[in-house]
Amino acid sequence: MAVATQGASSGINSQNTRTLLRVSILFLIAAAAVASRLFSVIRFESIIHEFDPWFNFRATKYLVANGFYKFWDWFDDRTWHPLGRVTGGTLYPGLMVTSGVIYHALRALTVPVDIRNICVLLAPAFSGLTAYAAYLLTNEMTTSSSAGLLAAAFMGITPGYISRSVAGSYDNEAIAIFLLVFTFYLWIKALKLGSMLWGALCALFYGYMVASWGGYAFITCLLPLHAFVLIGMGRFSNRLYVSYTTWYALGTIASMQIPFVGFLPVKTSEHMPALGIFGLVQLVGLLQYVRSSMSAKQFQTFVITVLVGAVGIGLAGLVGLTSLGYIAPWSGRFYSLWDTGYAKIHIPIIASVSEHQPTAWPAFFFDLNMLIWLFPAGVYLLFQDLRDEHVFVVVYALFGSYFAGVMVRLMLTLTPIVCVSAAIAASQILDTYLSAKKPNLEEVTDAGATDAKPAKKSGLRVSSKPNVGIFTFVSKALVVGGMVVYLLMFVSHCTWVTSNAYSSPSVVLASRMPDGSQHIIDDYREAYQWLRQNTKEDAKIMSWWDYGYQIGGMADRPTLVDNNTWNNTHIATVGKAMSSSEEVSYPIMRQHEVDYVLVVFGGLLGYSGDDINKFLWMVRIAEGIWPEEVKERNFFTSRGEYRVDAEATDTMKNSLMYKMSYYNYHSLFPAGQTVDRVRGARLPDQGPVLNTIEEAYTTENWIIRIYKVKDLDNVGRDLAAAASFDRGQKKKASKKKGPRVLRVD
Amino acid sequence: MAPKKNAKESANAAPVVAAPALAPVEPAPVVKPATTKPKASEASTPWDKVLINLYNHYIDETPQRTKLLDVFLVFLVAVGALQFLYCVLAGNYPFNAFLSGFGATVGQFVLTISLRIQTTEANKSEFPQVSPERSFADFIVCSLILHFFCINFIN
Repeated sequence: MAVATQGASSGINSQNTRTLLRVSILFLIAAAAVASRLFSVIRFESIIHEFDPWFNFRATKYLVANGFYKFWDWFDDRTWHPLGRVTGGTLYPGLMVTSGVIYHALRALTVPVDIRNICVLLAPAFSGLTAYAAYLLTNEMTTSSSAGLLAAAFMGITPGYISRSVAGSYDNEAIAIFLLVFTFYLWIKALKLGSMLWGALCALFYGYMVASWGGYAFITCLLPLHAFVLIGMGRFSNRLYVSYTTWYALGTIASMQIPFVGFLPVKTSEHMPALGIFGLVQLVGLLQYVRSSMSAKQFQTFVITVLVGAVGIGLAGLVGLTSLGYIAPWSGRFYSLWDTGYAKIHIPIIASVSEHQPTAWPAFFFDLNMLIWLFPAGVYLLFQDLRDEHVFVVVYALFGSYFAGVMVRLMLTLTPIVCVSAAIAASQILDTYLSAKKPNLEEVTDAGATDAKPAKKSGLRVSSKPNVGIFTFVSKALVVGGMVVYLLMFVSHCTWVTSNAYSSPSVVLASRMPDGSQHIIDDYREAYQWLRQNTKEDAKIMSWWDYGYQIGGMADRPTLVDNNTWNNTHIATVGKAMSSSEEVSYPIMRQHEVDYVLVVFGGLLGYSGDDINKFLWMVRIAEGIWPEEVKERNFFTSRGEYRVDAEATDTMKNSLMYKMSYYNYHSLFPAGQTVDRVRGARLPDQGPVLNTIEEAYTTENWIIRIYKVKDLDNVGRDLAAAASFDRGQKKKASKKKGPRVLRVD
Repeated sequence: MAPKKNAKESANAAPVVAAPALAPVEPAPVVKPATTKPKASEASTPWDKVLINLYNHYIDETPQRTKLLDVFLVFLVAVGALQFLYCVLAGNYPFNAFLSGFGATVGQFVLTISLRIQTTEANKSEFPQVSPERSFADFIVCSLILHFFCINFIN
């Protein structure tokens, strides 16, 4: 769409018309970006998606209800029971504050709006801004007027970004990607102009970014790297000094304002490169200054002394302080970026999250489609005329690609630069082939002849670009037509991916009936609603941590662990309770005052994201803390298979998780036909027996099963005996087997 | 972070600023302690010349206004060094206060250097869009932002 209009606009020479067109195109792009993210609202309803957004939503409601200062000091005793969580100091408040401000602004304008709708629609709204930021960033890179618009269009609809910003996906990334791109734009601007003001703006937006997303470390590392590469290329300039030092001095102080970040910028290794480059820039700036006043020989000795001295002192200081413990070494999450196997061995909790897995290569095509092959071309084009800001793109492209290959979720940080450089490549093609003018034959051959010779001498020089054009109409039409086809395919691919892969709220599942109509599976909300209405206000719910935020947000009940995962031991405790036998689990649950246990079971419906499939991670995490009591090996059969059917190991069959999942399941099927549809296993006819907990509620499709933890027995028996007695009584009542029961007693 | 930053800064900031600015009072003791020592033993004559050259160049070429800025820079370095010394000797207990105080001096230092760079005649070509007035306005705005954050952080 943008391309066609742009093509038409090149014929019109009036400056005003062009501006008008550009503005309207940008608005259309923003509208398209917002519209393509609304699939989920239209298909389902205006609902918060997935897991983390539920916490953000809950925190936003708290902020709106209690004001900023209460929010800042919020201690939440309804999570991580019995520890609680200092929520105000352990979250990135940018997202909640942004929606709070929007909410109050709209209220002040007397627009009656529900906070939920603001939260649901925040991500699409910011995606429009992201498209605009991509436009600005690209315009700094190239003189071609169409590149910026193309970049905006790409940014608006590329699935790599949509995956985190559909309506309802109320997560930090929703605003962080806009801030990321805009901070980079301000940085480039500051660097180009050497202006303190732009540097300060860059620092302010960096501060906003720090307040919004943990991914700010990407900026913290990328800008120094850019500065370092520029210095290494001998391109140090006073502009670099002004922009970098202004950004660092202001940005670091700004980032320390967030309680969750606090002293980290001076205490952790992730932030040390920025500091080191800050020192280096000072040093090089000094050398630059001194150079003007002495002879080359003297300067050399001066340089060597100062450089060796300062770098030596700096490195020694860093190593010394790290070994003394003043500076924290790299965190585990960071190591896992370099060694993809690291997390699996040392920190299972990081490896257990699916978005921390390495990226499969089809994902690049799936998320970026044709941009992924235009991307290197764009980077190459920037190499041809390698100005300071182009170095930035090259550095960003290299690092972004690496990180995107390591972790699925970091595809998100790669996407902006892919859009920018792909747009540069695409606009280069279109600009070359779309020009209606026929090049003058003599001029071109003249230019070609004069250019040919120096080109051979210095192949890398910028000036050696031969100045030729396209003559025949056929080749123009062919290339432009091909490009248009690709762009259209890109649009249809993006729409298809968005509607099929990224627009499911995952709280509500959809399936198709045989006649093609949509059937909504709403077990999650059914279960949470049941909890909300049928349990005490402070009934503690134990579940695996994935569901902690949802229980807190939808059922409003205290949980033991949630998606914040700040306390590995506490999570391992839950893992141990789930993976041990009832005799071991019951004391754990009593100690933690658990009232209800919630498990997710997809066996009936074939819903594969259930707890039995996540079970091995619970075992591994528990094994990390109690290697003696929980052993992963015991959950595999002697042939190394993970089975749930009759061949499952005893440890597996006795584990609380297994029992809770399959309790009474066989009663749904005729004898001998009990089937688990996720794992394709035929289950034994005799289901597991539960002594210490009892079934409280099971949803329509059995996706969520809730069990109530039994109280201690009234007459002091242990619960197993009491339960078997109860069963015996029932049997006696129905089948008259009195004497046997008496003998047992 | 703090010690390292300081090490670098004293290594680089001192010759730019301290040496020339102290010089008007007494030209002879311009010899810098930290950086000069390793070199002086090795090849003393060129090193002396270097500093004298530097000093002469500074006196001859620097306008009065810039010298005024340099005095401010010396003051900032002194304050920063004092704070750092206090932190090392007396402990960093109100770490917030130390960080914001030190950050304020370092930030003000680099902002003043930036102002100095932008107002220097020789660098005009590098900053075609920044007039001296503009750079002074930038300087004021940036300093305000910096001090706002520092005061907010001081606890």
